[in-house]
Amino acid sequence: MTGPHEVDARQLRARYPDIFDRPASARLAMPAMIFAAFAILIYGLVDLDFSPSRFVAGLSQLGWISLMMIPPDPGSSLPIYLKALGETLSIALLGTTLAAVFALPVSLLAARNVVPSSLLRFPVRRVLDSIRGVDTLIWALVWINVVGLGPFAGVLAIAVSDFGAFGKLFSEAIESADQKQVEGIRASGGSPLHEIRFGLLPQVLPVIAGQVLYFIESNTRSATIIGIVGAGGIGLQLAEQIRVLEWQKVSFLILMILIAVAAIDFVSGKLRFAIIGRRAVA
Amino acid sequence: MTTAVSILPEQQLAVLNAAYRRAVGRKRLRLLLELVIFAAALLLAAIGAEVNLRTLFTHFGNFFSYFDRILTLDTGQRVWTDVGEWLWGWRKWLKMLGETLLISYVGTLIGATLAFCLNFFAAENTSPAPWLRFTVRRLLEFARTVPGIVFALIFVIAFGLGPMAGVLAIAIHSTGALGKLFSEIVENADMKPVEGIRSTGASWLSCMRFAVVPQVTAGYASYALLRFEINVREASVMGFVGAGGIGQELVVAIRKFYYSDVSAILLTIIITVFIIDITTGWLRGRLFGGEART
Repeated sequence: MTGPHEVDARQLRARYPDIFDRPASARLAMPAMIFAAFAILIYGLVDLDFSPSRFVAGLSQLGWISLMMIPPDPGSSLPIYLKALGETLSIALLGTTLAAVFALPVSLLAARNVVPSSLLRFPVRRVLDSIRGVDTLIWALVWINVVGLGPFAGVLAIAVSDFGAFGKLFSEAIESADQKQVEGIRASGGSPLHEIRFGLLPQVLPVIAGQVLYFIESNTRSATIIGIVGAGGIGLQLAEQIRVLEWQKVSFLILMILIAVAAIDFVSGKLRFAIIGRRAVA
Repeated sequence: MTTAVSILPEQQLAVLNAAYRRAVGRKRLRLLLELVIFAAALLLAAIGAEVNLRTLFTHFGNFFSYFDRILTLDTGQRVWTDVGEWLWGWRKWLKMLGETLLISYVGTLIGATLAFCLNFFAAENTSPAPWLRFTVRRLLEFARTVPGIVFALIFVIAFGLGPMAGVLAIAIHSTGALGKLFSEIVENADMKPVEGIRSTGASWLSCMRFAVVPQVTAGYASYALLRFEINVREASVMGFVGAGGIGQELVVAIRKFYYSDVSAILLTIIITVFIIDITTGWLRGRLFGGEART
């Protein structure tokens, strides 16, 4: 019984040396990486003041907070909250639309097949990257300095930070567009603008529309938090209620946000299917 | 220039033209209707968001002058003429940046570990029981939908000010986001190895360990690295609510109008985010490029 197996093993060993005799470096790489990851984790936990006693105390505190959140109750401020929610949705819609409108022409400049010169493309891309590197909350703080506290600052913050994201996404969509249609327009004597209008845009608009809808969805989430720094919307109410420890109102607000986000998800999902078809989304 | 084009008889042409116009007209009408609805929604949103174009135009100069101001030193010179003066607090800022990176690292690792433990229950093909799948999915959805900074606000009250709240907030949010992505990878995994292992009489745990995990680890690590990138950005603002990291310095600088500090801190954040993006991109290509291609 053992005989043929041994032969088998020896044959296999000879046939696949790279599986049976892996070099030490390959065998040690995984454990070494895991060890390094854990070493940094331990260092981080120590450096960031994690202590078991603090953790347990915090957890029991958190338990109390959760208990006090039940049942969610808006008290008498329901109309204010509904208005704030409307404000949040407005911020998301308006900010995303503004960003898309401004990003479309810029994304043409950042696309390789529209602007072949990398001299022009490179700075545009770096500017878009820098804008994306700064979080929406930071943009909100900057805009509050410019137009004052309120939802308008939130609209502009979302518009600017999405401008960076859209510029990149749109230009990628444009770069992956089929060049044959553009060549066709050029062959029939169209100007560069005609090429973009009739060759590129019909191809990329559905993709772009899908992305914009997706961003409206994700911006509903972003819009809920920019209120925390004072840029309007439901986040402002939420931050205030957390600071004054009105936990029932807090849980009600969180519930409102969850429901609103789910509703927007549903609607924009339907719209996306309607625009670009089920296959393209999945 | 005249070319011989065969033209249909007038009568036939009129019918075709009419049909074409009708078809196009209906499409145009629909587009117009959609545009009107969209414009109405925008208008409603503009009223809701208290958009005031006059404020924007009168203050729009402020936006550029703000950048002008943050790029000017107290002495009135441009910041890049005296880099030493501009980046005077680099020791402190680098330390805070290090803390930010640690927060996102520890948060991502804890989040990824929790997501790893939970995702097998959430995936359709490996979940042991429907009710368990339903519960875990709702939990993950909750963790994903509530923004990280809201968790941070609450944790700051429960755990006290400091980076611990930030780490936990990022960990929970990452658990939700990664749990969903991980379970999608598991749902796409090949089920034949699982059947093979189950046919030997193995328990559910062994099935996961020896049939599913080997298939999915590469995808997991790739998503976790991507999440780390996102979390660095997120951790940079955790300080706004007192949950540690460079955000604390930034918000103080912005609120107290220490203009040149604002630009210096923003610069360090942007550079750090760039470096992290490039490094994780390189790492992902290096670690999983081969496997992703096959």
